[in-house]
Parts: sequence; C-alpha cells; structure tokens
Amino acid sequence: MRIRGLFVLGALAFVATGCSSIEPWVKPYDRENLADPIMVFTRAPISQDFLDHVFESREGSRGATGGGGGGCGCN
Amino acid sequence: MSARTVSGIVKALALAAAFVLPAFAATTATGPAPAFKLSARGGKSVDLTQFKGQVVMINFWASWCKPCRDEMPLLEDIYKKYKPMGFTMLGVNVEPETKDAEAWLGKLPKPVTFPIAFDVDSKVSKLYKVETMPSTVIVDRKGNVRVLHRGYKTGDENVYLTQIRSLLKE
Amino acid sequence: MRRLFVAITCLGFAGVAGAGVLPEDRADVLYFRYDGGGVTIDGPSMLVRKSIGEHVSVAANYYIDMVSSASVDVETSASPYKDERTQGSLSVDFLHGKSTYSVGYVNSDESDYQAKTLFAALSHDMFGDLTTISLSYKQGQNDVFRNVKTDGVVANDPAFQEEMESKGYSVGVSQIITKNLVLSGQYEVITDEGWLNSPYRSVRFFIGQDQQGQQPEQYPNTRSSNAASIRAKYFLPYRAAIDGMYRFYTDTWGVVGHTAELGYVHPLDMAWAGGNWIFEGRVRYYRQTAADFYMDIFPRADFSNFMARDKELATYNAITAGVGTTYEFKIERFPWLTKGQINFRYDHMMVNYDDFRDARYSLGSFGTLPEDPLAPGTEPLYELRANIYQLYFSAFF
Repeated sequence: MRIRGLFVLGALAFVATGCSSIEPWVKPYDRENLADPIMVFTRAPISQDFLDHVFESREGSRGATGGGGGGCGCN
Repeated sequence: MSARTVSGIVKALALAAAFVLPAFAATTATGPAPAFKLSARGGKSVDLTQFKGQVVMINFWASWCKPCRDEMPLLEDIYKKYKPMGFTMLGVNVEPETKDAEAWLGKLPKPVTFPIAFDVDSKVSKLYKVETMPSTVIVDRKGNVRVLHRGYKTGDENVYLTQIRSLLKE
Repeated sequence: MRRLFVAITCLGFAGVAGAGVLPEDRADVLYFRYDGGGVTIDGPSMLVRKSIGEHVSVAANYYIDMVSSASVDVETSASPYKDERTQGSLSVDFLHGKSTYSVGYVNSDESDYQAKTLFAALSHDMFGDLTTISLSYKQGQNDVFRNVKTDGVVANDPAFQEEMESKGYSVGVSQIITKNLVLSGQYEVITDEGWLNSPYRSVRFFIGQDQQGQQPEQYPNTRSSNAASIRAKYFLPYRAAIDGMYRFYTDTWGVVGHTAELGYVHPLDMAWAGGNWIFEGRVRYYRQTAADFYMDIFPRADFSNFMARDKELATYNAITAGVGTTYEFKIERFPWLTKGQINFRYDHMMVNYDDFRDARYSLGSFGTLPEDPLAPGTEPLYELRANIYQLYFSAFF
C-alpha cells in the first residue's frame, strides 16, 4: 500500500514536469470569477462536516467527499 | 500508530517535497520595458514613455485579490517617500470592468495618490507576461526592466525599498 | 451507537483551500438538530482557525452529539436510550511556496465507542495555479464496548471489549477549466480491520413458515472500499454559482452506492441595507444496493457465515433536499472583524428501502407485541423521513 502511494506521488511529479510545454490558458488576471467567495466548493467546513457525518452514518458509502482548488491563485 | 507507518508518511511527504519547486519571489528580468498607453483614473491617460528618466515601479493588481489590497497602502508610502528623488509608482488594474476597483479605491481610509491605469482588455498584462497576482516590475531610468517580483507577502515592501534605492542612485 | 466515520469528518476538516494560500482565519459556532426515524440528535459544534505568521494555520474543533434514540432497530430489539458523543480535533497546515502540508488528530468519545484518528495531507498548486494535486493518509484506532443495564444503571459490560483499525488513502486533482469553471476529482480507498459490527444489533430468520427468531449479527472482520467522485462548479454571468457532483462507491462487502448532488448559490448584495444575503438550494440523490450478506429475514438460523440486517447495508434510495440562507454583515465598531455571518439551513431527507421491512408490525415496539401482528416477511417496507436543522454563526478576522 505504501509503495503504491509513493508510486502515485512519483507519477504525479513526472506529469507535473512534463506540463511545461502547454501554457496555462487561464491567466492570473482572469481569475476574478474564480476568486469570488461563492465559487468555493465548501463555504462552511463546520456545516459540511456535519452533513457529511449525517450521510455517512446512514449510508453504506464512505469517502471521496473532499474538494478544493479554484480560487484566486494569488501569491 | 506504528513506527513503520510514521516513517512511511514522512518518506512520502519528503519525496513530495523534493519535487516541489519553491516559489521564487523575485527574479532579475532584463530588457527594455514594453511601451504602453492606457486610460487612467480621473479621466487622464498614462504613457510609459512619459516617465523616462525616472525609476518606475509598475504594480499589477485587482480589487478581488487580497494580497494586492494588502499591499496598496504600503505602495502609497513608498511613492510619497521617493517621488521627490525621481521615482514614480504606477498601478495597473487588470479588471475588465473598472467599477469595482474605483469603488474600492474611493473607500480607502488612506487615499492612493499615484496614477492608476486600467488595463481592461489585459493587453499590458500579456505584454509583461504577468504570471501572478500581484506582480511588480521595477523599471530603471533608462527604461529597462530590472526587477520582477511575484506575489506579495508581509515584508516584501522592505525588499522593494532596497531595490528602489539602488536604482535611484544610477 | 456505532460511529465508524470520525475519520471522514476530519478529512473534510483538513480542507484544501487552494494549496498556495493558507485557509482564512475564522470562528464558527453551529447548533444542529437531526429529527427522524425515532432518532433525535442535537448539539453544538465549534471551530476556530487562526494563522500564525505567514506559513502556519491551526484549527481546532469541538463537537458534541446528544443522541436520543428510539429508532426502528432499537424498538424491535432493545429499549430507548440516550447517549452523548464528544469529538475534539486539532489540525495544523504548513504553507511552503505552492504546497500545503497538513497534519491532524481527531478524538471521539462516547460511552461505548472510542475512536482516535491521525491524518496527514499534502496539496500542491502547479501549472500556473490551474491545477491542485492533493494526497492524504489517515489512520484510525477504535475501541468498541457494549453497554448493559444492571439494576437500572447503564455501564460497560466488563466482559466485552473489541477493537478495529481503519486506514484511508486518497488522491485528488482540482483543475481550472475556464475563467468560470472548476472541476475536481477524488479517489479514496479505505480499509477497515477488526470488529466491524454492532454489539446491539441482531438479524432475524424464519422458524417454520410464519414464526421468526433473532440472533446477533455476524460481519466479516475486514472491509475494503473504493470511492471515486467528480465535482464541478460553474460561475453564472449574473453572479451566482451552480455545482454538481457524482460519486461511485464499491466495497468488498458488495455494497454499491451512487451519489449525485446538484446545488445553486445565489448572492444578493445589499450593502445599502447593511449587509448581503446568500441563498442556497441543494438536492442530493443516493442509491445503494445491499451488501452480499444482508437480508431482511434469513431463511433459517445460522444461514451463512456472515449475516446482517443493518438498514445501512440494505438496498434503498434516498433524496435529500435543502435550502439555506446566509446574512453577511460588517460591524463598524469591530474593524478586526472582516465579516460576520448568520446562517440557517434546513434539509429534508426521504429514504425508501427496497429490502428492509418495518419489523415493528410483527415484533412490536420495545417488547410489546402489536394487536394484530403481521406474519414475518410480510411487513411493509420501511420508509424514513428526517428533518435536519442547522443554525450557525461565522466570524472572519
């Protein structure tokens, strides 16, 4: 399991270095809408965590509930 | 949690860190600063060539960008301090609509007195290859780009002061 | 009550706000209430997140569930009970360049279940900050006890103590597609090992044609699951956002789950009225097919090595619809308060089981048989309706 994890990391890093031939198509000065607070996947972690817990307690499914990224891309 | 698991996590994170290139805040760019002319705040217009002979600090910013907003009062201080020595600050706002920027500037407790140009179709941002928000470029008296600074973190203003002072001496 | 999902809560908690920027400082206080299927759970949850310098952010959460339960399972096999679960967690995020490293610990305590979870996560912004990669690992150590009532006093049965261990790995990618669209995918593997069932729940079986008996449930002592999800969020030109998500789940117990959710967020800037409003609507659809060893009523006692009658492992579909409002304001007297929010959210959950019957029609309630008991296996299929309320205050500073 651990070896698989390291492999995934290595693969991702490899992909990362290979990406330099394509230019990022959304420029940092175009990120106004993405930076809007309503565009965040989880506005209130305290509320989302509670609801995730409600569903998990009643369902057989678990996992893959997180989300991130987007945003202002500043700094 | 077993020692093996802990060491596994540490190894995984260390491996990840090895692939992570630290974000460099400033690089020494070279070459003549691309010329541009934009309409500015207060109905005026701004042309980079009008500042030849002065040290110019061009700051690309947007009202939706928090580090940009944090940086603004510090840029105003730098402008006031070095203006008599042949320095000018030029803010380039990159938003397609100017109303949000104008509204924010109007509400500042410490008003901004240096010129603010509006790059509504991102022409100048593309020209200067802006890759981060904010981005700061310092142009010397001869019109060459000497410093490119990406982002803003507390304390960066001190770096700016040192760089401006050395360019003013030229 | 079983709470095997503490670790999942803390992973949402670890949160990925965008790897190259620390999450914003905030304090939230939530009061929640779940009411449905004979179960009432309410309590507070408090969260504080503060950054220290430019590179570190610390968050602490304290949460209490007060459970009052007379669920359909409890009615047919036990007596109503009350319990309280307390959960505390602490996490730290380190920002270095475009990467965020997180570590955290969650501790959950109730009278018959103790769960401790450790997690570590890494996220990294790349490709002009258009792509964020996230990796995480969590490990949980849980102790299971059983409450028994002796002379009216409820305490842990000294003869019963079991353990289970849980490990989870997840990898996620978030990608900006256009100026208005962001997509995010996640894959998570969780493996549980140890004592995985409930010390209170039983299964039922036919005795002859129309009688039934009960025996304790029997679960495997391992469970390995895979979940893959994709979510999208799109900015609408008049300033609103629409989002969707789909998750596919399978595990070694044979459970297959499909989750789909659609949401809409609509802000109304009314600075002239002293504040802004945000309205949100959400619909979530969930469909599950039962575990391999699940049956509402088994053909006979000791039918198979593994037997379950937990409705969480049954075949069913559920729709949850919710609405929420947020009122956002600033207070002149407190300039350090960037913004304050009052939030209210209501969700209604409707669950219809395909192979779980309402055994109260044959077994009665809390030991009292019904007037006209139905033959086992002929009871109506169970339906659950629940109301979920949340009221929370958030302060950003």
